[in-house]
Amino acid sequence: MLILDAVSWACIVAGSFFTVVGTFGLVRMPDVFTRMHAASVVDTLGVGFLILGMAIQAGFSLVALKLGFLLALFFFTGPVVTHALAQACLHENIQPVLSEDRRARARAEIIDESGGRQP
Amino acid sequence: MFVAAAFAILVALALAITRAIKGPTVFDRVLAGNSVGTLAIMLLAVVGFLTGRPEFLDIGLTYGLLNLISTLAVLKFFRHGDLAYDADTERQL
Repeated sequence: MLILDAVSWACIVAGSFFTVVGTFGLVRMPDVFTRMHAASVVDTLGVGFLILGMAIQAGFSLVALKLGFLLALFFFTGPVVTHALAQACLHENIQPVLSEDRRARARAEIIDESGGRQP
Repeated sequence: MFVAAAFAILVALALAITRAIKGPTVFDRVLAGNSVGTLAIMLLAVVGFLTGRPEFLDIGLTYGLLNLISTLAVLKFFRHGDLAYDADTERQL
């Protein structure tokens, strides 16, 4: 019983840590795509560890099943929302801030090799 | 232990609301709103455990589904300017 308590305590502390780190990234990151990346930390590690810790506390019961449903909900809705958000951003012509645009460089190389023709 | 988790989630909520107020584009605000929804669900679950009433999880599940639908609806509205946008119209353009 003491070991289970220690494990759930560690899970809840880790979940709290990743939740705060994720939202701190949400404030500190430079553009919307990197902010999405920071927010996904909350949806995966933060929520995952918190729910795992609470499920260990609840034991084998209906509460643990509901926590599992909640985890599955986050597991499926997080990527859906992030994908829709990224697509809406690109549709509005918000480009990611890049330190090095590899895609544009590769495109320029292909144009050079094909003698100026557009690929 | 649950008090510490609740405190951490409250701090995270404050940071997410900071981004929602500051956010330069509407998409930053939508992202922050989605994070606020996620954190509210976790706060509901933690407070339910804190007060010994884990039945709050049902409200959390409902709120999670509502959060998904509202985020997608807001995104669709800002992409097309209309919630009743027809997908076939976009294909023809």
